[in-house]
Amino acid sequence: MLDKHADYIAAYGSKKDDYEYTLSEYLRMSGIYWGLTVMDLMGQLTRMNQQEISDFIKSCQHDCGGVSASIGHDPHVLYTLSAVQILSLYDNVNVLDVDKVVEYVRGLQQEDGSFAGDKWGEIDTRFSFCAVATLALLGRLDAINMDKAVEFVLSCMNFDGGFGCRPGSESHAGQIYCCTGFLSIAGQLHQVNADLLGWWLCERQLPSGGLNGRPEKLPDVCYSWWVLASLKIIGRIHWIDKSKLRSFILACQDEETGGFADRPGDMVDPFHTLFGVAGLSLLGEGQIKDVNPVLCMPEDVLERLGLHPDLLS
Amino acid sequence: MSGIEETSNVSSEFQEERSEEEVEEEIGYEDPFRYVFYRDRKEWADLEPVPQDDGPNPVVKIAYSDKFTDVYDYFRALLKNDEKSDRALLLTAEAIELNAANYTVWHYRRVLLQALEKDLREEMRYITAIIEDQPKNYQVWHHRRMVVEWLNDPSEELEFIAEILSQDAKNYHAWQHRQWVIKEYKLWDSELEYVEQLLEEDVRNNSAWNQRHYIISHTTGYSDPAILNREVQYSLKQIKKAPHNESVWNYLKGILQDLGLSSHPGLLEQILELKETHCSPYLLGFLVDIYEDFLENTLEHHEEVLSKALELCELLAREKDTIRREYWSYVGRSLQTKYGSSDSSTTTSMNKTHPLIEQPFHRISS
Repeated sequence: MLDKHADYIAAYGSKKDDYEYTLSEYLRMSGIYWGLTVMDLMGQLTRMNQQEISDFIKSCQHDCGGVSASIGHDPHVLYTLSAVQILSLYDNVNVLDVDKVVEYVRGLQQEDGSFAGDKWGEIDTRFSFCAVATLALLGRLDAINMDKAVEFVLSCMNFDGGFGCRPGSESHAGQIYCCTGFLSIAGQLHQVNADLLGWWLCERQLPSGGLNGRPEKLPDVCYSWWVLASLKIIGRIHWIDKSKLRSFILACQDEETGGFADRPGDMVDPFHTLFGVAGLSLLGEGQIKDVNPVLCMPEDVLERLGLHPDLLS
Repeated sequence: MSGIEETSNVSSEFQEERSEEEVEEEIGYEDPFRYVFYRDRKEWADLEPVPQDDGPNPVVKIAYSDKFTDVYDYFRALLKNDEKSDRALLLTAEAIELNAANYTVWHYRRVLLQALEKDLREEMRYITAIIEDQPKNYQVWHHRRMVVEWLNDPSEELEFIAEILSQDAKNYHAWQHRQWVIKEYKLWDSELEYVEQLLEEDVRNNSAWNQRHYIISHTTGYSDPAILNREVQYSLKQIKKAPHNESVWNYLKGILQDLGLSSHPGLLEQILELKETHCSPYLLGFLVDIYEDFLENTLEHHEEVLSKALELCELLAREKDTIRREYWSYVGRSLQTKYGSSDSSTTTSMNKTHPLIEQPFHRISS
């Protein structure tokens, strides 16, 4: 079915009835990252238009160095990371003024080590991850106060071993992915209680085989990524029943249109398509390229960059 | 009004030649249900709408709904001119209604609120309505927080958040906001009561259990044995109500792990009692945790306790929690390796055990 998924992504946005595409303009940069990454994982990156995308990204870098989701939108660390990820796929980061990107990211760090998403000051461990991932891809991790950054992320560790968005926030698989990814890049994975967190993460698996993001919530294919990648990072991916999860992910495909939905029978979108395919890659699906669990990018791209974020065994 | 009488005397042909807006102006009223595009509004004629620009070569062709295009073309025009006006503020509301996730529109709205020195109480009413409509959105909650900060007035917050949580008791954004308000303005006093009420309604609400931990950690703490025991007994009571409840078991483990699960007086007995009437895979797993803690901290009865623990791991892997059999096998192997005597036969394991045995899994460094 991979060809069908590739066709879905390649055609995304070009259909006439595209209100959803319009509505999602505020995250366009991430949308492009999702599409390109999944195409690359399926070996079909060449079907996308590198030049147009590079030009688009260039137009999205602001004077402050940050990158916005789309033209005419404000810069944000989320879209700065997506832009750098996209350009890394193309080995082309110099489309951006890299020094200014670094300066922008550095400027988002707060006194307590946390990172704001943008100048309006929302704090979230997601942004800690975006900051270090961006800098790691640019080889500029030295630009921030790493010790303080680590201190803040660790202060978000909860009694159940998980992490939330700010200190005290409920453990959530998406935030856990960001924090374990962060700690991997920071070389601080030993600070995680791998057995306790691994238990919490494998508890996400429901009888259907799918994974949820918090206790008593519904499964969603994107959690196949957030949970699975986290487990891979902390060396406990074998604690999931792989064949049941695989069946669940495959059931989220739409055989007619291509693409993956959040759960079987729902509407597909590029976000869930990437995470469904990436999840399958982590499960060892032969026809899909190996994906790096920390950065959610093809391993061969990181190989080229010489990036080997830590994983626990 | 005289306007109405005049139009009724005008010939029908003449009327048809005029635009709807002209007629409306003469009549002196607007049909409140008909949307007028910004491009057709006289009072906006001074602005040049800015169409969507997807870059030098648009990545893909885009189709928009007319109204969306119209509003956002004018939004972009305002941004371009850096216009700070009441009409701009009104337009941001329309843009938000069409797409409340568009963070740039929210930024601009805040800039306008400050530049125009708008009534922030009115803005609170506005954001309240928006959140009621679209409660699962980062931007709306961040905006509310900013307004509360500017006003330095949290007096409506707890009630408002409770209202939102009554519609979805696990709304992650709502809980973040609630934690911030409580911490920032020191509104701890009645929160435990609120949490208990939520747990009465749904004992499986993980957010509420997390909040319970949050409140107690920031107020009395768990170091007072009376408090700790109160929480242990409260948890056991909830377990009786609903034995298959991840959250309560994670909470119980969480509050006891620093001191050690086996150190709490009478707990093992209570759990063994519950095992007869309210068993669950969580209970069995918790027993394993207690036994493990015991093995870690005492020197006697190792063989007996170990064998009980291993038996449970096997039962869980084989029958009670098969989807996590790999985890239970791992736990069994770890226990065996760490506490087994050298001449007891191990369960067949093809997996290597690391020379550096991982720390007992319930321990976190304080």
